Amino acid sequence: MKKRKERIDRGIKARSADIFALTSYREMLYLLIPGAIPVVGLLCFAPMLSDYWREVIISTAIYALLAMSWDMLMCAGLLSLGQALFFGIGSYIAGSLNYYAGLPPILTIPIATIGGGLICTVLLLPVLRLRGIYFAMVTLVVPLMLSRLVEATRILGGTEGLTGLTPFPNQLTALFIIQLAVLATLFGFRRIKGSDYGLVITGISDNDRSVMSAGLNIYWYKTQVVFLGSSVGCFAGAFGTHMDMFAGMPGFALDYSIMPVAAAVVGGVGTFAGPLIGAFILVPLSEMLRALGALRIVFYGLFLVIFVVGVPEGIFPYIQRKYQQIERWVDVT
Amino acid sequence: MTDQTPLLRVSNLTKTFGGVTAVSNLNFQLQEGKLLGVIGPNGSGKTTLVNLITGFVKPVAGRIEFRGKNITGWPPYKVVGEGISRTFQMVRPFYQLPAYKNLIVPLYSPRVKKLAGGRYGDRSAVALDLLEEVGFERDAYVSYKKAGALPQGYLKRLELAKSMALRPDLVILDELFSGLSLAEVASIVPIIEKLKHQGKTIIMIEHRLKELFRIADRVMVLNYGRKIAEGEAIEVMDSPAVKEAYLGSEAD
Repeated sequence: MKKRKERIDRGIKARSADIFALTSYREMLYLLIPGAIPVVGLLCFAPMLSDYWREVIISTAIYALLAMSWDMLMCAGLLSLGQALFFGIGSYIAGSLNYYAGLPPILTIPIATIGGGLICTVLLLPVLRLRGIYFAMVTLVVPLMLSRLVEATRILGGTEGLTGLTPFPNQLTALFIIQLAVLATLFGFRRIKGSDYGLVITGISDNDRSVMSAGLNIYWYKTQVVFLGSSVGCFAGAFGTHMDMFAGMPGFALDYSIMPVAAAVVGGVGTFAGPLIGAFILVPLSEMLRALGALRIVFYGLFLVIFVVGVPEGIFPYIQRKYQQIERWVDVT
Repeated sequence: MTDQTPLLRVSNLTKTFGGVTAVSNLNFQLQEGKLLGVIGPNGSGKTTLVNLITGFVKPVAGRIEFRGKNITGWPPYKVVGEGISRTFQMVRPFYQLPAYKNLIVPLYSPRVKKLAGGRYGDRSAVALDLLEEVGFERDAYVSYKKAGALPQGYLKRLELAKSMALRPDLVILDELFSGLSLAEVASIVPIIEKLKHQGKTIIMIEHRLKELFRIADRVMVLNYGRKIAEGEAIEVMDSPAVKEAYLGSEAD
């Protein structure tokens, strides 16, 4: 007897898609709990950790921002392998404003977010016509070029970088700033994707010629998406700079490009919550494996493979499906 | 009335791909409210002509005028803004999206906003109305189905609805009937007749001559990128050049 898996939407899901949800506590909770988990988890749970783990959460959140920024570009079909570009640009803008002009973080971070977003968008403007692997190659190369440029011309501190930058007043302040940024990005991006504007964006990755023939200028929309994505990446860079009190060539390091992609793939591409979950699994995991020394990368790689093979759709879509649907095995007649 | 300015005027249009001349020195005009059929054997440049008019490829030489305005070489989104919309021969839906959500994208365009007086309203409701017009059963599940799960007949209708969503003045239908059963074709023909009745100007690229000759006002025949005949359907049918190039095997 052959069996197949049947998936049925839970009754509560079908009902709560409508305004009737407001009549029942159970259904309101069904709708609210998924959104409440990251808010409560980040704002209430994280501050209770030890200093060391708070530090880990902060660097995790930086990667989570980069991963969500990667996901935003991916929504428009732009495969980026150069999140380090955004991180590095944001880092150098905030760093130099602080180092040369003495501006405090409260000014450098917003300036680096918007200004960095604009600079990255302009840098990527000529290659927006490219898709897939061609766009990926360019984004991979640009941060490497910029880091060599800094080395060769010795501008902005050269290989030494800019050191002694203003730190945040204390760790908790930094923690809350980055967590609010993560939550704003998560809910903001999810809202954008759910809107009609988001449909146009996903339409570009699905079928760009169809969007062109619908009378929309796809390059203008891609430009907007790159600006959104790179601003978030630049914010991460600017924040990281003040956290480390240092801006330098490591800002363009390959880590910042690869980790966001891994986090998004593990978590579930195109959901924004997925890359967030992915980052919150992979970065702390990498910290925990630190005790293994040289074997760390082996085990880390093994975990990555297990996730990708075991849950190919991504962790978030998997959880979402379990939450929304009943699965059962039925006989095939 | 021959003194009237035509809606579309194409003059000396030429396009080459490498050494191949896809469209060669093509001239024609189209009056408002008329239905022009374009026929020709495979590779005769019909789809290239559509791509040229809608801006997907740029011509090597020649001129395309719409309402007397030179639109040669404009990008697709600007051409649509002027009021020309098209369908694709190979359907191009957004497979991940439900059928009615496919129409949100064209409804998002600046042209629709302009025509609606700056207000979009509820796009989903408009989308469902449009789908009904092209033969999606009202209140049936089919409008909410993912486009990837729709049968070919519905995908073609969706393609038509997508171009109608733009409220075009000129619609270019690129082999709308290809890959459809006779029954499906028979159910789409009245929709096109209705569009014609509403005063839309239509260009139909088609291989199904029987249906085309029934609804077309004029027919143009292409072969190797050249116009070899143009006129009333019956005249064109009887032209010896056409018989030789296109209907040759059938006439034997």
